[in-house]
Amino acid sequence: MSSTKMILGVFDDPDEMMDGIDGLQKNSVTIYDVYTPMPIHGIEDKLNIKDSRLGYAAFLCGCTGLSVIFSIVYYTLVHDWPMNIGGKPHFAMPDFVPFCFEWTVLFTAFGMVGTFFFATHLFPGRTARVMDLRATNDKFVIAINPKGLSLPHEDITRILTEAGATEVKHNERKYVSYE
Amino acid sequence: MSSHKESIIREPLITGRNITYGQITDEVLLPVESNPSKAWWIGFGVASLFAALWVFAISWTFWFGVGEWGLNKTVGWAWDITGFVWWVGIGHAGTLISAVLLIFRQNWRNSINRSAEAMTIFAVICAATYIFGHMGRPWLAYWTLPLPNQYGSLWVNWNSALMMDVFAISTYFSVSLVFWYTGLLPDLAAIRDRATGLKQKMYGIASFGWTGSVKTWQRFETVSLILAGISTPLVLSVHTIVSFDFATSLEPGWHTTIFPPYFVAGAIFSGFAMVQTLLLVARKVLGLENYITMFHIESMNKIIILTGSIVGVAYLTEFFIAWYSGVEYEQYAFINRSTGPYWWAYWSMMTCNVITPQLFWFRKIRLSIMASWILSIIVNIGMWFERFVIIVTSLHRDYVPSSWVMFYPSWVDVSIFIGSIGLFFTMFLIFIRLAPSLAIGEVKLLLKTASEQMKLKQIKEGHLDPEQVQFYKESLQKYDSVELSDYENV
Repeated sequence: MSSTKMILGVFDDPDEMMDGIDGLQKNSVTIYDVYTPMPIHGIEDKLNIKDSRLGYAAFLCGCTGLSVIFSIVYYTLVHDWPMNIGGKPHFAMPDFVPFCFEWTVLFTAFGMVGTFFFATHLFPGRTARVMDLRATNDKFVIAINPKGLSLPHEDITRILTEAGATEVKHNERKYVSYE
Repeated sequence: MSSHKESIIREPLITGRNITYGQITDEVLLPVESNPSKAWWIGFGVASLFAALWVFAISWTFWFGVGEWGLNKTVGWAWDITGFVWWVGIGHAGTLISAVLLIFRQNWRNSINRSAEAMTIFAVICAATYIFGHMGRPWLAYWTLPLPNQYGSLWVNWNSALMMDVFAISTYFSVSLVFWYTGLLPDLAAIRDRATGLKQKMYGIASFGWTGSVKTWQRFETVSLILAGISTPLVLSVHTIVSFDFATSLEPGWHTTIFPPYFVAGAIFSGFAMVQTLLLVARKVLGLENYITMFHIESMNKIIILTGSIVGVAYLTEFFIAWYSGVEYEQYAFINRSTGPYWWAYWSMMTCNVITPQLFWFRKIRLSIMASWILSIIVNIGMWFERFVIIVTSLHRDYVPSSWVMFYPSWVDVSIFIGSIGLFFTMFLIFIRLAPSLAIGEVKLLLKTASEQMKLKQIKEGHLDPEQVQFYKESLQKYDSVELSDYENV
């Protein structure tokens, strides 16, 4: 049995990497993940990655912020301690607007970023599960999990090399950061 | 972030002909990965001396109270609020560059947004020190928060514009910080993966385990776009609310409806001037000329002309409205501003903010690094005078002539102001040593779309009509690295 845990196709150019993905998909090879030093636009469609739902999280967090601050302002200014200032109404909506706006933005920002960190498993001090240290610098890496693959490893190497991979690595460990 | 469809007749956003992705990382991370240069040490030494002066002067204020300042019964808001509004205004360009320009898909922002955002954070910190400083009893600053307390139903006054300020500034600072730090994660990971030992551990903690997988990038971009979407109205709201501090009063010279847009334009004006002041030095010292090009400098200068002109129109509008209102107190406030005892401050403001930025209409001045740098400093001085004029000249002539008085700053006022500039530069210099001053991932995004080498390649491959090539050749003459012989084979 092969001891290869992960096959990595390392590319210098993002366009060649995209060709590599096409080549692998034509041969029905499932791609585990792709690591790049910058966002590559259009790759989500190729890899069938669903749209991010962080927008919904942002909306919900914004609504929460708006409700919280409206409740606080209403409770304190109208209910708990109504001040008579020149006979003006206690429920003075224009005064509430800046507070409501600011806390809507505040809750949206913190809530959404928190959701992003939670969903992506990012938090301070987390050990990065890196497969190739150059993927945050100048290399574009396609990772393939060989488990259950019907295609011989040599064929995968050939597909990647034909697409322009400068290196194809058959790693015995999944993550280099744990070495 | 930025679109991949860029017209090839536009000026390149990265100059230089054989740039690679690796080279971008190497060049941007050079100040972080190498020992600091002599210039950095000298700058840091001078800045931290001034920062020490700030520590001394602010401690003096906290120990002896705000009576140590030059305030008097009539001019209760003087240098401290001038400094506060000035710093908050400076902070605005950072968010503007990172948020508004992102929404409008202006990808020239990619090379300057990181430093501008850092500038925002540090400028708002400086502004906040004035807020705490002027409170008199800064240890009771938490009283501005709506917290339950032992005095019964005693709550903060939600009708006050100052309360709106507390919410606006604190939200602005924290959202800017989150926006900035989230954007830093990929670059901190890049440093981590190139470092060893303790440095690797430290950046490992700071980079939150970033790997750069597709899904993470996709979410990262969604987060950036939504943060930009909410930060854009936020940045407009903050300076609008700062202007409410004045506009909601009945003080002649303050009580004007033009204040919100005028303050916002002024903030962008001073903020871009500060970005220009910092980046013109940084690009030279850090060797980033290929990434912060003449196009970036020119674009920022154009924004300075635009916002400077808006500010100029606002000054004239204030005068017109004072006359048109028929209110004699209002008319006197403005005549006194321009001809009274503080005429020199008013005319310094007019010269620095309205007249000198108009020099940028001349292409030669707009494309001169030295002229841009000097004019950016003049704008910063002018914007400080603007706040001084609004605050001090309006207050020093009260409704009651018996309380008419001049304001003279004390040594503590002056030290806090100069010291806060030192504090700002100290923080900025530490920042460029610890984190990349350019967003590496975003700059790399431009290499295949908006760089000079890519456009040159496209021209050589014959994707353009001869007239377009001619237009492009002419537009490139302002960049040092271009040799026209490259286009001869086309």
